[in-house]
Amino acid sequence: MGLDRHLPTRRELLAGSGALFAWSQMPRIARAEGRDPRLLVVILRGALDGLGAVAPVGDPDWVSLRGDRALLLDGKPPALPLDSFFALNPAMPNLHRLYKSGKAAIVHATATPYRERSHFDGQDVLESGFTRPGATASGWLNRALLAMESGGRVDPRGSRALGIGSVTPLVVRGSAPVMTWVPQKLLPASQDTQNRLLDLYQHTDPKLASVLQARMKLASLDGAMGTGDPMSDDPTLAPPGIARVRAYFAEAAGTAARYLAKPDGPRVGAMGFVGWDTHIAEGASSGQLYNLLGALDGAFAAIESNMGEIWHETVVAVVTEFGRTARINGTQGTDHGTGTVAFLIGGGLAGGRVIADWPGLKSAQLFEDRDLKPTTDLRAVLKGLLRDHLRVEEKILAETVFPGSVDVKPMGGLVG
Amino acid sequence: MSNSAKAEAVLALHRFGMGPRPGSIASVGSDPRGALIAELDRPLTLTAAAGLPTSAKAYRTVADANARRTARVKQAQQQAKKQQMAAAPAMSEDQAQGQGQGQTQDKDAAEMAAKQAAEAVPDPGRPMYLQEAKLRTEAALAAEIGFAERLVWFWSNHFCISANKIQSMSGAYEREAVRANALGRFVDLLLAVEGHPAMLFYLDNLESMGANSIAGINRSRGLNENIAREIMELHTLGVRTGYTQDDVISFANVMTGWTLVPPGADPQHGGEFTFNPRLHEPGGQTVLGRRYEQEDAEQGRAVLRDLAAHPATATHVATKLARHFVADEPPPALVEQMAKTFRDTEGDLKQVAIAMVSSDDAWRGPPSKLKRPGEWVVGMVRATGITTVDPVRFTGGQELLGEALWRPSAPKGYPDDEASWIDGVGRRLDIANNFAERITGMADPQIIIEDVFASEIAPEVKQAVGRAESRQQALALLFMSADFQRR
Repeated sequence: MGLDRHLPTRRELLAGSGALFAWSQMPRIARAEGRDPRLLVVILRGALDGLGAVAPVGDPDWVSLRGDRALLLDGKPPALPLDSFFALNPAMPNLHRLYKSGKAAIVHATATPYRERSHFDGQDVLESGFTRPGATASGWLNRALLAMESGGRVDPRGSRALGIGSVTPLVVRGSAPVMTWVPQKLLPASQDTQNRLLDLYQHTDPKLASVLQARMKLASLDGAMGTGDPMSDDPTLAPPGIARVRAYFAEAAGTAARYLAKPDGPRVGAMGFVGWDTHIAEGASSGQLYNLLGALDGAFAAIESNMGEIWHETVVAVVTEFGRTARINGTQGTDHGTGTVAFLIGGGLAGGRVIADWPGLKSAQLFEDRDLKPTTDLRAVLKGLLRDHLRVEEKILAETVFPGSVDVKPMGGLVG
Repeated sequence: MSNSAKAEAVLALHRFGMGPRPGSIASVGSDPRGALIAELDRPLTLTAAAGLPTSAKAYRTVADANARRTARVKQAQQQAKKQQMAAAPAMSEDQAQGQGQGQTQDKDAAEMAAKQAAEAVPDPGRPMYLQEAKLRTEAALAAEIGFAERLVWFWSNHFCISANKIQSMSGAYEREAVRANALGRFVDLLLAVEGHPAMLFYLDNLESMGANSIAGINRSRGLNENIAREIMELHTLGVRTGYTQDDVISFANVMTGWTLVPPGADPQHGGEFTFNPRLHEPGGQTVLGRRYEQEDAEQGRAVLRDLAAHPATATHVATKLARHFVADEPPPALVEQMAKTFRDTEGDLKQVAIAMVSSDDAWRGPPSKLKRPGEWVVGMVRATGITTVDPVRFTGGQELLGEALWRPSAPKGYPDDEASWIDGVGRRLDIANNFAERITGMADPQIIIEDVFASEIAPEVKQAVGRAESRQQALALLFMSADFQRR
């Protein structure tokens, strides 16, 4: 696949955003300081199991909590050690390498101010930057850009943010213009969506259920035989196996990186990956979660390589609306929870550490006796990145970017 | 509005309309049957069609483009030939030896030139098709309930033509012949469609000629039975209703001469219907035991009038309508009531439609019909309140689902039973997922459930939507639910 294929056509951009933009007017941020930082925000939709991604192997209650589903240093496959307490899911060797070289950091037991369990509302809070859902139609990243513009930090002409996907994520929507890139390939309904639909049909329409079931079975046979082309454009072919999901993640993230790396390209981007709502058969060391984390790890590799020289000015923040229950549920998955992890990667990062005020895993230490208790406000992390990387003033962060967050101090020292 | 009234309103919109859209529950009000009937009194004209060409004009435009293309190709080929000659005026011995290869290259160059010349004159048929598709779809999106539009769709499929054969005229055919008569008398609809150039073209009647006609005597070509057979089998009486092969041949003879004005011959009327006596089989014909002695197009009209009035036609039409709207196996009492109305009113199609929605039998059964792809896609778009479509995307989606607009694979049209469509549910999921992704920013699944469905949806669907991991997934599940796909 040639590079040229990824250059957006005018039509794609118009279709995606409805906003015109001009490449030549793409401004640079913080040019005066001789810096030219890039920020990409990746939203994992569906709520990531932070404990299944980054396991507290040093916590005495870890094994009893997850039983034979607990990631372990001597597990099969073995978890990848981060420090004396935490270990990374073995599906993420790239992240492990970045971490070891100081270009990745992990924030654990973190959450937005949202404490309920609705995905929609959780994503609203995560992306709007407000403390309550439904409060606004703009995202914190867009408001940060506006603030920088009015502060004279960036050239106010033209667009400067990039949204990936046919729907611009809320986090980057708002008054500051956004250009959108839509992947060429359709991502058909995920395995998770198919499972849910099948469940719905089984309760409401047996005929539709049997047809859908037959299709899913056929698709799985097709995948097993290895005849399905994971990159096929035909959305009527087999539903996406993990190969297709991997290809999609890598293409989308790699393309975002390619744009961000352009001298006259956007400086800020946002994108969403779906599929993290692992109610059944989560499978931390093989299965849904393992596969998705592997796909995300592949996306990290695509970003790193496509950023090229500008990697050293790059920060990628990977966040999710909330976590999942600490204990495994009755169908070998996890339900909606609170505390989770955030991944930070990039050449601009002061990484190589897991940042956590560890709450513990005993029943009494869990939030509502079910979730990892959030001890780090995710807004502190994001504010730290915006202040130290994009140089947004602290006062503006507290008042307009994350309204009402005066008490949430930006986390220092995240970028080098 | 009580819950049962709301439930009947939602059923009315799905079963007889194009699916609910924001505000339609209120517009149906507490009297869904009355609202459906009232919609039949509103004219079915498309104001936006004012700028679109008539079928004859469309046909002339395509014919003109074809002629220009042929001329250009010829010119390009001649020019390429000339260049070849000029390039090799006196051939040396060496060159002569390499001649074989040189000729191949020259041939390639000529073919290339011809191809380029052909591409320089694109087919105007496709843009016409897309424009018509956009207009038709947006009429369905804009309709308050869409009962009348559903009837247009029904009759268009009953009297289908194929855009694979006549792309330029496909939309205009529906407007001119079907839409204009869908709420009138069946006989007028029948006369309009069978005399329409698109139908005569589609069912191969343009050059059908009687053995003893002037043209028939002079030429080796002859009768084509296609239109006669399909009119009796599909359009009027129904299959196996007593007509014989002799009836088909006689009727085919009756229909000889029903053709269109050649587009090149007449810049004003090319592409319009005409009766060509040179093709027509002279003399009387016997069809279904009745003698038709007329000498011109009146002969065919007389047969069509009798077919329209035949009791088998009433039953055939009533059964198909009830099967389309109510159930794959419609209640016999309902079919009989509709057929009786058809007979009593001399085929007044509005009265037949009113008889259908006035009967309790049309409302009693569970929503067992699987919506056809077109109805389902339009329903999805209506639920979001969107009123305009990109015709390329839209027709592409319908094609993917197996119901390409105006392109059925046979004169029978698209089928109406569950078995024909249920295997496409997987593809629907891909389409729903894709559509859901595109509209996530502007459509809220909870609002659709409350406003568009008045919460008249299975609790399991509400739960699945509420628990979905993203708005996109929630919307896809909602659109794929049985409540949304069945009517």
